[in-house]
Amino acid sequence: MQDTPDIADRHDAVCVVGAGGSGLAAIKNLREHGFAVDCYERDTSVGGAWNWRHDRSPVYAGTHLISSRPLTEFPDFPMPDSWPDYPHHSQLLSYLERYASHFGLGEHIWFGTEVVAVTPVGDGRWDVTTRSTGGGVERTQRYAAVVIANGHNWSPRRPDIPGEFRGQLLHAGAYKDPAQLRGRKVLVVGGGNTGCDIAVEAAQQAGTVWHSTRRGYWYAPKYVLGRPADQVNDLLLKWRLPLRVRQWLYHWTVRLTVGDVTRYGLPAPDHRPYESHPVINSQLVYYLGHGRITPVPDVTRFDGASVELADGRRIEPEMVITATGYRPSFDFLAPELLDIDADGRPDLHLHAFARKHPTLAVVGLVQGDAGVFPLVHWQTVAVARWLRLRDTDPVRAAAVQQKESTRPLRAWSRRVVVPTPRHWFEVDHVDYLRTLEDLLAQLEPAGAAR
Amino acid sequence: MSGILRFADWTSPVPPVEREVAAVLPEGAGRDRPPLLFVPGLGHGPWAFAEHWLGHAAARGFPAYAVGLRERGDLRAYAHDVVQVAASLPRQTVLIGHGAGALIVARALGRYPARAAVLAAPVLHGWAALGAALRANPAGTLPAMFGGTLRLNRAQLFSAALPDERADAYLSRMTRTAGRAPRQVATHRTVPRPVGNPPVLVVGSPDDRVVPRSSLDRTAAGYGSAPLLFPGMGHDLMLDADWVEPIDAILDWLDKELAV
Repeated sequence: MQDTPDIADRHDAVCVVGAGGSGLAAIKNLREHGFAVDCYERDTSVGGAWNWRHDRSPVYAGTHLISSRPLTEFPDFPMPDSWPDYPHHSQLLSYLERYASHFGLGEHIWFGTEVVAVTPVGDGRWDVTTRSTGGGVERTQRYAAVVIANGHNWSPRRPDIPGEFRGQLLHAGAYKDPAQLRGRKVLVVGGGNTGCDIAVEAAQQAGTVWHSTRRGYWYAPKYVLGRPADQVNDLLLKWRLPLRVRQWLYHWTVRLTVGDVTRYGLPAPDHRPYESHPVINSQLVYYLGHGRITPVPDVTRFDGASVELADGRRIEPEMVITATGYRPSFDFLAPELLDIDADGRPDLHLHAFARKHPTLAVVGLVQGDAGVFPLVHWQTVAVARWLRLRDTDPVRAAAVQQKESTRPLRAWSRRVVVPTPRHWFEVDHVDYLRTLEDLLAQLEPAGAAR
Repeated sequence: MSGILRFADWTSPVPPVEREVAAVLPEGAGRDRPPLLFVPGLGHGPWAFAEHWLGHAAARGFPAYAVGLRERGDLRAYAHDVVQVAASLPRQTVLIGHGAGALIVARALGRYPARAAVLAAPVLHGWAALGAALRANPAGTLPAMFGGTLRLNRAQLFSAALPDERADAYLSRMTRTAGRAPRQVATHRTVPRPVGNPPVLVVGSPDDRVVPRSSLDRTAAGYGSAPLLFPGMGHDLMLDADWVEPIDAILDWLDKELAV
């Protein structure tokens, strides 16, 4: 491509897309490694998904963390230890705001600015076209690298249910407040964490609640043996117990605490523990046991005022909430840059590094069995260290790139998961961090070891 | 040690405590200087910095804080407390540790990307410090190695230039440290590499009877520099007669480093 005079060259600067938790970590760690950074954020404040003021934020009034504080905070900026084990979403937002101000990240962020195109110009550099969110003129600038941190919980995945529903139909992303449910007949579709949370809120507020799940899940309690369940789980990982043993212990822990869920009419789990994203909810089973939630199978079609279920039953809810998840969306670049397949899933090394473009990375696109910020922190450190190594030691960088870029997923993740559209980027946080640790050691600047 | 897999923190987090924090803030806002967080060593508390250094730093435009060590704690809990307080301050913080507090800071640097760090009379080589302490004050030191209390004496901490009544007043404020910490200070092995690559300054006195000169040199070399020395001073640089010289040198160094 020819140089055009209206493209401002930002030389060695790195472009970060998005100022949510992942984008903020990217800015901080790139700055720490000496890079100039321009971050573009379509909203007018930081926090991304955790900022309830953002119209794309999926949080609802009652959202709390499902991983406990020590497994969720950034490793180099802890949350206040006076906070509860499972903080509220508003605390998460204030945490991210403090992270941004503590490290002075705001001055590197262009708020109200949307990225409309990211195109490679050869030689590893990128043209990034932006425009003000309200519209207006587009502006193109050239960067040495692009780090995408646009989140994966804002573009709703809507279920394909035939027929027309005459009542109120909304995706969980549009559910904000339990007042929306008060006194109504509500059907919640989806057995993930959000679906279960909303079913519980509905049980407390609505008149009648049906909860439709397609498969059986392991419903893990938030506390085991008086401690946050993920902290107990990590004890098993610390002792390096084999997966089979952990599955057996998990099975029995759930058996002894939650009990046999088929007693409440739920299907039995069709997979072993640890083979899907964990569903952590202490209250769902409680409300099932109190008859406030009626479990129902999959929805097969809408028919005016009624909803037809897989077992042939018909129910007549006034409101249907589909908690069927979100899909990643990268509408500002050509899909082949991230090796995006027909189902919209990118194929990235460690779910982060573009295989054919060494200066392009996506951060935060992982779903762990712990909080995402520790994973994102080390991802962004690895990205920054990698870009630095390309500068200082191109020979070694090329060697690392050659070795790493072709490694398939199986090479580092032994995770077996159920084959559903939403589990492809599921990682085991300890395996994932061990892999990143190994990569970070390879990217270590020469002579850094003391 | 990369510090990526933190099973200790994930499976048994340090229990929270009410932390004692002393603060002296500069008059009038405006000058954009990072906050300083002073960390005392064993036996000392925030008062040791509140005596001269906090006010002096604030007068030169730095928001100055000092944190106290929790009553029953070990090095891990102390470093946790330092990181907690640093992260609670509005801007990226400069950590300044004295004595065993410098060891706590060195460990906190593995967990928090400080704006800069100063290790004053640092006890980073426990065995060397233990040897010096046993020579200078065997009766006050030995019991601490077996879970008893650590008692520091005048000759270890202050130079002859400090008037006796002042020295006695300071000694009477010293708390006796019991528990695991003194032994951990003596026996700990390595300190982590600082995260975020902050500039680190080592200051001390060649006449310190707790930290030998050779230990100062080794500590500074570990951070790629040489120690800044204040001959004639005792271990307690912040309380001894010439307290103004080290703090002025530290603040001058900070002004220079932060300007870059």
